[in-house]
Amino acid sequence: MTDTNNNLLEMRGVTKRFPGVVANNNIDLDVRYGEVHTLLGENGAGKSTLVKILFGLYQADEGEILLRGNPIDIDSPSAAIDSRVGMIHQHFMLVPTLTVCENVALGVPSDRRPFTDLENVATRISDISNEHGLAVDPWVKVEHLSVGERQRVEIIKALYRDAELLVLDEPTAVLTPKEVEDLFVILRRMADSGKGLIFISHKLREVMSLSDRITVLRDGEVVGETTPSETNRQELAQMMVGRDVRLTPDLPESKLGAKRLELSDLTVIGDNETVAVNKVSFDIHAGEILGIAGVSGNGQRELAEAIAGLREIEPGSSIELDNSDVTLCSTHERREKGLGFIPEERIPDGAIPDFTVSENLVLVNHGDENFTKRGLFSFDSIRSHNVELVSDFDVKTPSIETPTSSLSGGNIQKVILARELSAKPTFLLACQPTRGVDIGAAEYIHNRLIEQRDIGTATLLISEDLDEVIGLSDRIAVMYEGEIISIVSGEDAERNKIGLLMAGVTD
Amino acid sequence: MGDFFTTSVLVATAASAVRLATPYLLAALGETIGQRSGVLNLGVDGVMMLSAFFAYWTVLETGNMWLGVLVALLVGLMMGVLYGVITVFFEATQGISGIGIFIFGLGFSDLLFRQQVGTPKPIRRLPNIDIPLLSDIPYIGEPLFQRNLMTYAAFALVPVTMIVLNKTTFGLNIRSVGENPQAADSLGVSVERTRFSAIMIGNAFAGLAGAALVLQLGIFQPHLTQGMGFIAVALVYFGAWKPLGVMGGALLFGLVNAVVLQWKALGIIPVSISDLAGMAPAVVTIIALVLLARRVNAPAALTKPFVRS
Repeated sequence: MTDTNNNLLEMRGVTKRFPGVVANNNIDLDVRYGEVHTLLGENGAGKSTLVKILFGLYQADEGEILLRGNPIDIDSPSAAIDSRVGMIHQHFMLVPTLTVCENVALGVPSDRRPFTDLENVATRISDISNEHGLAVDPWVKVEHLSVGERQRVEIIKALYRDAELLVLDEPTAVLTPKEVEDLFVILRRMADSGKGLIFISHKLREVMSLSDRITVLRDGEVVGETTPSETNRQELAQMMVGRDVRLTPDLPESKLGAKRLELSDLTVIGDNETVAVNKVSFDIHAGEILGIAGVSGNGQRELAEAIAGLREIEPGSSIELDNSDVTLCSTHERREKGLGFIPEERIPDGAIPDFTVSENLVLVNHGDENFTKRGLFSFDSIRSHNVELVSDFDVKTPSIETPTSSLSGGNIQKVILARELSAKPTFLLACQPTRGVDIGAAEYIHNRLIEQRDIGTATLLISEDLDEVIGLSDRIAVMYEGEIISIVSGEDAERNKIGLLMAGVTD
Repeated sequence: MGDFFTTSVLVATAASAVRLATPYLLAALGETIGQRSGVLNLGVDGVMMLSAFFAYWTVLETGNMWLGVLVALLVGLMMGVLYGVITVFFEATQGISGIGIFIFGLGFSDLLFRQQVGTPKPIRRLPNIDIPLLSDIPYIGEPLFQRNLMTYAAFALVPVTMIVLNKTTFGLNIRSVGENPQAADSLGVSVERTRFSAIMIGNAFAGLAGAALVLQLGIFQPHLTQGMGFIAVALVYFGAWKPLGVMGGALLFGLVNAVVLQWKALGIIPVSISDLAGMAPAVVTIIALVLLARRVNAPAALTKPFVRS
């Protein structure tokens, strides 16, 4: 036990139940002044629930919270803010159409009531910016800011409210490696000035580099507390998952076959009428995984949609599958030519949540003659096919008639994977295949992708998880502002160098 | 046609355009405030009708015009409570709830009119009040400064609404809950309270719009509004959720109405197609909406009930 006097926060025996599940079970957590305390755990381990209780968004069923040694009742976000607790949410809590000033001033009583007092707010923002190294223009609208700048606005918002305990819920999810580095410098400086920080993450590399202490949660319970100097990534992963896991898959020697996909000068216009993909050319051969590394929003989504036939491409561009031009083909025709597609958003693009597992498994090929006879479904053959798939792909579901929406993210992803791989694709387009799934499912999906590669499928892997791209890819293409700025072989890939390339630094 | 392009007829047409724009402007300004907070109210027409009836009935019984306006305002506020409870606290779908409010206002005002009044009897109309000096300015004096108090009030509410929305903390709260209620909630701004207040103000404006309509006409009949409330909703889109834009739309609309009335009176539009010509305002709205209205400025959370996740 630690000395109580040094504790900014103590949560004791916190329990929170939701219908059918105990999200937090008797959790103890303390945060000292001047430290970064990491909450590490899989999705659904209870990290977010715990900090939502701390921020007054949920009420605990049992347990108590002590702030600066005094028991405290936090029943709303305003109560949390009044107690100098600040929270940086996983999804930015900013109003894009308002200025930085207005976003910061929102909810804070003004000195010139009923009018706002934005001049004063701007002055204080500048002071905070200077003190903490958080450069941002107070008068610009948030919609014009980069992701990294928006992150800074979120931190300024908390500091403006004089937060002493700062909760950061997966703050690095949308940042480039360089932006993450900058953020960590800022966070370290804040901790050194005496503030307490709770850092929530499942990215082991970041956890190891930033934390003073690490508390690991699994299935709603604390499974251990440690420090970076006493542990390593492998051990942390084991604590998180509860069994031995391989963080980096073994990639056997690849046997390259025929060319499966060829893109020539592919140009795609994005949603906001600007060029999202600019003259991208590359090819992928059978037995090869090409990984696209890049910060989200650099054209990856548009690239994937263009290849899948879901987005128009500009004249002069061409897409070939197995040496036949599919530029003008529909998605259905491309699938018949061997395309398999795992979309970025599993819900709603990959699976229909209200449909059963069985229905989602035959979503693409329900018209095959095995499944439809004389215009009517042949339920027996659909059922036997799907029962086999579910066991083959290790989908954990009560039955194949269960609504897909009640499955976990990892299992929904396995349903999609099963559907796509059972069609025996010659080319597989896999977008964010493990985003938001737990480590166990991610490991499984990685192994399936490698297996597919080894039987001769060509795979385009698009992922924001740099470790995933480096671990799985035979070649890595870095995408920046719609262009492929470099392609390196997987063996030569250096994490730092790719991180710089992702930020557009080419030399 | 030559009869139309005389100074006196043009000035009279402009004057009637400003007068006819008044109920549209009041209703659309109120709807702007509601929509900026993320709440679409399709029931404006019903609220206008109900408050118009109550204003009319009050004036009929008491002869006191300002008591009529006050009653209409209270009816608007009560309808605001109803709509606020339905959409904010019960998180109901806004589109269909608004239609419900409209049908309630239509049916209830009709019922009360038949039971309590029966045959339409005229009431005193709002008198025009000349503003000293300004009302003597040639050409623009009559349209702008020889109007009734409700018209002056409606146009005065344009800058007031702008200031409230853009310069006050309440306005900042309204804009933020209309764009990103989760963000506002996370900063301790009560989404429920802010939206409820915005709905109340919007419905109070609709109540005033009903009063202005009936007191300018001096008579009530069932379905008096003829869809004016729906046009007011369209004007919010037309004006891109900005008070000045909404005012421009209301004036354009008043002008088309006034021109059609004037042309009918002058016989420029033959009697045989005069009913058809009555469609002109609706046609102009549709064309204007198609050509000008873009959803670029639409509050991002418009029509989305707020549920804390």
